[in-house]
Amino acid sequence: MTKSTQDNKPIMVGDRTIPPPDARFITISIMGQPYEVPETLTILKAMEYAGYQFKRGCGCRGGICGACGTFYRIEGDHTLRTGLACQTVVEPGMILAQVPFFPSNRAPDLDLDTKTPADEQIATLYPEIFRCVGCGTCTRTCPMDIDVMGYIAYFKRGDIKGGAEKSFDCIMCGLCASRCPANISQFNVAMTARRITGARLTPRSEVTAARAEQVRSGRYEPMLAELCEMSAEDLKTLYVEREREPDLAKPGEWMPKDQTKL
Amino acid sequence: MSEGYTPEMLDLIKRVEASRPQRLAESRAGKAFPAMSMDQRDEVLNQYHPDYTDEGRRALGIGPNKGEVYPEELIDLLESRSMLESVKADLSKPDYETDVLVIGGGGGGSSAALTAAAEGLNVILATKLRHGDSNTVMAEGGIQGADQEPDSPYFHYLDVIGGGHFTNERSLVAALTNDAPLIIEWLESLGMMFDKHPDGRMKTRHGGGTSRKRMHSAGDMTGAEIMRVLRDETRNRKDKIRILEFSPAIELLMDKDGRCAGAVLNNLETGAYYTVKAKATVIATGGTGRLHYRGFACTNHYGATGDGLVMAYRAGARLGYMDSVQYHPTGTAYPEQNVGLLVTEKVRGLGGQLLNIDGEQFVFPLEPRDVESAAIIRECVGRGNGVKTPTGRLGVWLDSPLIDELHGPGTVQRELPAKYIQFKRFGIDIAKVPMLVYPTLHYQNGGIAINDQSETTVPGLYAAGETTGGVHGHNRLMGNSLLDILVFGRRAGSAAAKAIAAGAEPGPGTLEHLVQYGKELSDAGLDRGAISPMILPNYATDEIRQRRWDVKSPTV
Repeated sequence: MTKSTQDNKPIMVGDRTIPPPDARFITISIMGQPYEVPETLTILKAMEYAGYQFKRGCGCRGGICGACGTFYRIEGDHTLRTGLACQTVVEPGMILAQVPFFPSNRAPDLDLDTKTPADEQIATLYPEIFRCVGCGTCTRTCPMDIDVMGYIAYFKRGDIKGGAEKSFDCIMCGLCASRCPANISQFNVAMTARRITGARLTPRSEVTAARAEQVRSGRYEPMLAELCEMSAEDLKTLYVEREREPDLAKPGEWMPKDQTKL
Repeated sequence: MSEGYTPEMLDLIKRVEASRPQRLAESRAGKAFPAMSMDQRDEVLNQYHPDYTDEGRRALGIGPNKGEVYPEELIDLLESRSMLESVKADLSKPDYETDVLVIGGGGGGSSAALTAAAEGLNVILATKLRHGDSNTVMAEGGIQGADQEPDSPYFHYLDVIGGGHFTNERSLVAALTNDAPLIIEWLESLGMMFDKHPDGRMKTRHGGGTSRKRMHSAGDMTGAEIMRVLRDETRNRKDKIRILEFSPAIELLMDKDGRCAGAVLNNLETGAYYTVKAKATVIATGGTGRLHYRGFACTNHYGATGDGLVMAYRAGARLGYMDSVQYHPTGTAYPEQNVGLLVTEKVRGLGGQLLNIDGEQFVFPLEPRDVESAAIIRECVGRGNGVKTPTGRLGVWLDSPLIDELHGPGTVQRELPAKYIQFKRFGIDIAKVPMLVYPTLHYQNGGIAINDQSETTVPGLYAAGETTGGVHGHNRLMGNSLLDILVFGRRAGSAAAKAIAAGAEPGPGTLEHLVQYGKELSDAGLDRGAISPMILPNYATDEIRQRRWDVKSPTV
C-alpha cells in the first residue's frame, strides 16, 4: 500500500479464477463427487474451477436473479443449509446440489382491473395459503433472509400490501416452495401480491399521468425536432447553460427560470 | 461489523473517517467537489479511458463495417465461421410458424413480445437461458423519465446528448426521451412497486449527468422489479406468447431477397435444432460484457456474449458505435468474491463520495460515467493514490456511511437493501465502513444500427436494447438503459405489427448467407478455423482445458 508508481498496475483476469501461489485448497463434494478447490471461492466459481460449464444454475452471478439456489450440508452436521451458489463461500466438507428449477404453481390469470378486494383476490387465486402449518421452514430456507412465513401470514390476514413489502427482496429462486409441507409456491403468491399492491393498493402518480397525456398529445415532438436539427455548437451551448435542480429541492418546489420547454 | 476488511485496510479507513466530518459539513452546505470543465473531461478521457487507446483493438476485416477498429475479443467472434454453414437440413418445413419471433428474454425482448401480443399477433420468445435471465435484472439504480414539473423530454434530451458527448443518433434520443413518461406510466399500470411518496408521486433523484431529478427506482433492485413484473405479465399472455427457454437462436434465416425470415434455435439441453418461420424477427440479446475486453471484470449477466450481434452481422446488418464500451466507475474491488459486481450509482446519487488512499476527494461524484471511470483510473494508476487489495487489485473508497450521516440512520439499509446484504455476507457493513471500488466493464454502447422504429438495415429484422448502438452515443447515463430497452422494445413490437398489417411476408428461409460469409472470410485470409456465436462463457482453468484433450466429448 505504497505510492510507488511501478506498483500501480491492477490484476486483470476477467472472471477466471487464478489462485495465488500460496492459495489453500479444500475438498468439497459436488453432487457426491469430491473436488479440490481453492478456499474463499463462491460455490459457483468453485464449480467452474472444478470444470463445470453451466447451462442451468448460473445467471447474474451477483445474487439477484435466482438461478443458482443450492442446498448443502457440512459433513458430520445434520443441518440442511441453503444459499445462492454465486454468494456462498465454499467450506471444507461441503456436500452440495443445486436446484436450478423447481415445479411451482402460478395462478393462471391476474386481473389488475377487477373490483374484487385485494385480499379476496389473493385468497381465490391461491387458496392453498390457508394450509400453511406455520413450520417456518420457508423462512429458514430463504437465501435472501426474507421472513417468508411472515409474509404468507400477512396474506392470510388480508394485509396484501404489508406482505408485498415484506417480500420485496424476493428473487424467485423457488427454494421456499421446494421445502413447503403445505405445497405452497410462496414466491408466486408474493409476485401476485406485489403487482396488486403496485397497481391497486398504492395511489397512482398524478404528475406522471399528466405528463404522459402531454406526450400523447404530441406536445414535445416539435421541441425535440428542433433539437435534432440544431447545430452541434448551439446544442453544446444549451447543454452547458442548462440549470441544475438542487439536490435537496423538495418535489414540485423548484422550477427553472426558463419554463417555455416544459 | 467490519471484520471483512484486513487490519491494513481498516487502518486506511481511519483516514476516511478523519475527513468525514468536514466533508459532511460541506455537503450539508451544498458545497461539492468542483465538476470538470469540458477540456478537463477530454484530458482525462484521452489519457486514461480504455476506449481512447489502441491497446487490445484491431480493424475488422469483413462485412458492412469492414475497417472499423473494435476490441479484439469482439473481432474474433465476427471473423469466425458459422457452426451451421455446411449443415444438411431440410429448411422447407419450419418447426414453428409465428408472426413475430423475439430472440432474447430480458426487458427488451419481453416488452417487444407484450406489445406485439397487444396488437393481436402471435409471438414466440426464444431465450438462451431462463426467461428473465438478462442484464435487466442487474440494473440497480433506476430508470429515467421526465415526468416531474420542472422537467420535460426536452431537458432529458439535452442531458442524454451531452452525456454522450454529442455523438448520439439524434432521432433515437428524441424517441427515447419522448416515450419515457409513457414507459413509467405503463410500468406503474402493470403493478410495479415504484418508490413513491404517500400521495402516489414518484420519488425521483439525480443521477450522473442529469439536470433534473428524474431517476425512478424500486429500492436498489429497479431492474429486477421491472423484469419480474414483465415476465409475470408475459405469463398472463399465454394465449399469444409462447416462451422457449434454454433455446438460443444460433443463426437467422434469410429469404432469397435478403429479408429476414426467422431463425434456427438450438435446445441447449438436448442439442436438437428447430427452425422458426416468422414474419418479423426482433433481436434483443443484450450486451457483450462476458467477452471480458482486455481482461476487465464485468458486471454483466452470464449470458452476455453478444450472440445477436454475430448473427445479425452475418445477415448483413450494419453495426454502429461498436468501438465504444462503458466502464462503470464503481465496480466492487473487494472482497474478492464480489469483484466486478456493480455498486449502483445511486450510492453517489444519495451523497456517497469517492476518496483516495488518504481519504481525500479527487473527483465530482456525478460526472458522466466515462469521465468518472477515467478519473478513478488516473487516481490509482496515474497518481498512485489507490488502495491495493490482498490479491493485487486496486481501488478507491466509496464513502457510503456518509449517506446515513446526510439523510439519517437507516438510509443505507433502506435505500440500498440488496447491496447491503451482498456486503454483509462477507463481514462488511456498508452503513459503517466504505466500499472499495474500481471501474468494471459494464455496458456496450454500440451495437446493431437501428432507426427510431427499431428497424435494422436488414428488412424484416428489428433490434432493441443493449444489442443496438446509437441512442447513447459514446457514453450512456445511468437510468437510460432500462428506459432504452423498454422504449425500443415496444417500438419494435409496434413496428413489426404495422409491417405485418401491411402484408410483410418473407419467402422461404435459407442459410445461404452463411456460405457467402464463410467464403468472404476465407478469401480475405481471415479464417482461423474458429466458430461463433459463443453462447456460453468458458471459465475453465488451463488444467481442465488441457484435460479436455481438444476432443469432442462422446456424450454431448
